Amino acid sequence: MSGLTDLTIAGARAGLDSGDFSARELAQAHIDAMAQHKALNAFITETPERALADADASDARRAKGESAGPMDGVPIAMKDLFCTEGVRSTAGSHILEPFVPPYESTVSGKLKAGGSVMLGKANLDEFAMGSANITSYFGPVTNPWVAGGGDNRQRVPGGSSGGSAAAVAARIAIAATGTDTGGSIRQPASFCGIVGLKPTYGRCSRWGIVAFASSLDQAGPMTRTVEDAATMLQVMAGHDPKDSTSAPYDTPNFAEKLRAGVKGLKIGVPKEYRVDGMPAEIDRIWHQGADWLRAQGADVVEISLPHTKYALPTYYIIAPAEASSNLARYDGVRYGLRVPGKDLKEMYENTRAEGFGAEVKRRIMIGTYVLSAGYYDAYYLKAQKVRSLILRDFTQAFEQVDAILTPTAPSAAFALGEKQDDPVQMYLNDVFTVPASMAGLPAISVPGGLSDEGLPLGLHLIGKPFDEVTLVQVAQALEEAAGFSARPAGY
Amino acid sequence: MAELLEHPKLLKGDSGEWEIVIGLEVHAQVISNAKLFSGAPVAFGAEPNTQVSLVDAAFPGMLPVLNEHCVEQAVLTGLGINGTVNKYSRFDRKNYFYADLPQGYQISQFEHPIVTGGYIDIEPEGEVPKRIGVTRLHVEQDAGKSIHDQHPTQSYIDLNRSGTALMEIVSEPDMRSGEQATAYLSKLRQVLRYLGTCDGNMDQGSMRCDINVSVRHPGDELGTRCEVKNVNSIRFVRQAIEYEARRQIRLIENGGEVVQETRLYDPNKGETRSMRSKEDAHDYRYFPDPDLLPLRLEDEFIERIRAGMPELPDAKRARFVKDYGIADYDAWVMTADQATADFFETVVKGRDAKLATNWITGDYFAYLNREGFDVTNAPIGAEKLGGLVDLISDNTISGRIAKDVFEAMIESGKDAAAIVEEKGLVQITDTGAIEAIIDEVMAKNADKVADYRGGKDKLFGFFVGQVMKATQGKANPALVNQLLKPKLDG
Repeated sequence: MSGLTDLTIAGARAGLDSGDFSARELAQAHIDAMAQHKALNAFITETPERALADADASDARRAKGESAGPMDGVPIAMKDLFCTEGVRSTAGSHILEPFVPPYESTVSGKLKAGGSVMLGKANLDEFAMGSANITSYFGPVTNPWVAGGGDNRQRVPGGSSGGSAAAVAARIAIAATGTDTGGSIRQPASFCGIVGLKPTYGRCSRWGIVAFASSLDQAGPMTRTVEDAATMLQVMAGHDPKDSTSAPYDTPNFAEKLRAGVKGLKIGVPKEYRVDGMPAEIDRIWHQGADWLRAQGADVVEISLPHTKYALPTYYIIAPAEASSNLARYDGVRYGLRVPGKDLKEMYENTRAEGFGAEVKRRIMIGTYVLSAGYYDAYYLKAQKVRSLILRDFTQAFEQVDAILTPTAPSAAFALGEKQDDPVQMYLNDVFTVPASMAGLPAISVPGGLSDEGLPLGLHLIGKPFDEVTLVQVAQALEEAAGFSARPAGY
Repeated sequence: MAELLEHPKLLKGDSGEWEIVIGLEVHAQVISNAKLFSGAPVAFGAEPNTQVSLVDAAFPGMLPVLNEHCVEQAVLTGLGINGTVNKYSRFDRKNYFYADLPQGYQISQFEHPIVTGGYIDIEPEGEVPKRIGVTRLHVEQDAGKSIHDQHPTQSYIDLNRSGTALMEIVSEPDMRSGEQATAYLSKLRQVLRYLGTCDGNMDQGSMRCDINVSVRHPGDELGTRCEVKNVNSIRFVRQAIEYEARRQIRLIENGGEVVQETRLYDPNKGETRSMRSKEDAHDYRYFPDPDLLPLRLEDEFIERIRAGMPELPDAKRARFVKDYGIADYDAWVMTADQATADFFETVVKGRDAKLATNWITGDYFAYLNREGFDVTNAPIGAEKLGGLVDLISDNTISGRIAKDVFEAMIESGKDAAAIVEEKGLVQITDTGAIEAIIDEVMAKNADKVADYRGGKDKLFGFFVGQVMKATQGKANPALVNQLLKPKLDG
């Protein structure tokens, strides 16, 4: 039944509507794929029974001529950062290993109400902190892609939404949810050869998503086509009164201009993204992307985003600062792991020492440091000022252009074990994705082609605030021009 | 009345006289039916952990949403203490670990409070009136409660209070005596109760007080202060201040130095003891809460609240003096709380205010005390008391008879008029009838009439008494006096 696992959301809907197959058959095909590719470790918790029940409900609706929406009956993977009612939600951490929420996050709830079929909870970096999905307490995720030419080393899927990206690339799920704080949707999408869309901050509710850095976290779709990303975002987005930072705007039809082309649009290429030591293949794919858009009638111009180089260091102040506070609630008192101690303080120490992994501890310590008396002004406050300068760069650029084109990541997927001893090397993965996060802008990664080694490389588009419509429009043009049809061998 | 002191008494030490400098931080629980950032209810005395939402228990992914009613209450309070309501304020996280603080941080307002710069006018006992500055008022979450005495080795946590809205009201270090601190707290509590923004019940913890105390020789720079935490009655505040001031003086005079620290007041021993020193003080790592947008208030919003503000005690007291012509002291008593003031105004409406005031402060308050009622729940309410006052005013009954009628009202619950009617207590104002009785009395007591006429003026009272007795007290006393005199004088 490999045909069923190759479908897009649009294709699945067409097949379900015409009765070519049932939602149950579709779900079963994906459950089988999930079982077959267990070695990828893409899931922390598999929920095949739930998936079949969801599918049966979908079939029952269709039998009555009803539909819950464009994703009714579509099997998806849910990043295990979303709290799902009655289904264990771990955030990839030992400290939440036993945690079963009595509530459903707003976004997963919308997908559920929209009839999607949940296959399971996808693996991720612990508390979404990582760029290779190697910090998960539940073990690393394997990228289904391997390099050509006899290099059989396991590749990382990127992170933090590594399980989601691997599941979609390996045809285990038609689509998956991700969350993006500094690149956690886009970078794994690039590494796994799929589409990953981070909407504007405030577009999707954060309620019920385990918080990493509240001012940056944003949920988004991970799919195999741009059109699917627009469709899935349609279901996920919308104002939520339970999230004070959720934007009180109506949700547009994200696919409104999907095939309108890019003729007459102005696309900016920021010169500051041409960083020292950037691999030639990254530069090449970037130029290729610009050429594709130009060939379709877009006006591609060089722009300047002068504060770009400060984005990454600033991000690694603000995100850990917020995280150090957000993760204070994991103290062993009310839920999750508790490791006893002789008094309260020792119980905290034991619980958090055992419950958190090394990367999470590192970020808690960085965050605690930058917020401390005497350092606050020099680090946190200064970072906030730089953040507003980064936003100003974009605001000025968008007076001139409709979207900005950059590479998604500075490399293709690297091998498991690489870059692991130096956190700064790891942090550099996010160098192209972090600025848009800092500015709260919508951005998307679209597969552009293959690296010299035969691994996928993504192209990255950044849009104006709340203008996902144009972002999707340009992404579609890139997707069509790239004609990316490669797939990981054996999937 | 004793002379009011221009300056409070100084404390005497071996090295001369000492002045106490006091600032108060009051935590006032906002009256609201839901918590500051969650929809959970806030009933006092509920079963442990029954007033807790997922937000209050800080479950993963839960987010705070500001309760607008609590903001209105804070604005109203800010206006009530003559403060400036800031159109921009912000919520910050105050980070520290404790078992009854589920989030690991308290959402508070650090850099940009909702209200700044107010004042409260006080009348300390035995001292001249004084104005006490209020530095700021900010809104914050309360923590839960740790219960340490239920288990030999473990503590219990009750999160009912977790997330409840508090107003922290910080005074300037303007107070110089326990009397001033007491007066400030009482006045603040009175204003909060008038505004309906805090019930002021210190015994239930809905109003709590931290005291900053330092001492200095008059005219010197401010001394090092200690903070005395969580003092839960106005009486204890005064005791804690006096103990703490004397402790600091003793320390300094014995060659020691006051260390800036947090201390706890022990009401059983009447002393303060060290809780944590400055070195152990938390680094709260304040930063703006990224889950909440800055709070921006429109002029319209503030003005709407201002327009709905009730009349406050000082204004009401002045109005009572002016409109009803009652003494300032009586007006002060009548405005002690909103309910008494309302009671008073219902009674005096269209009546002789002085007569009504005398009745309220006299027999009526005595009745409330004796029976354990207050003006809101006493069976004899304002209308019934008014009815009694009416009967005195229109001469239906005398003041003396009125006391009997009032007792009968308490016993039977009936209206004054009904009792007067039933018992035939209507005052005799018929001149002829009274004259007839006078004649009768004089006839019966011819010897005493002779004595009176022989110069024993004091017997006049005897005759009044006899006439009143003969009428069972119903004769109008003024009339009796008026008619008796010429007859006795012959």
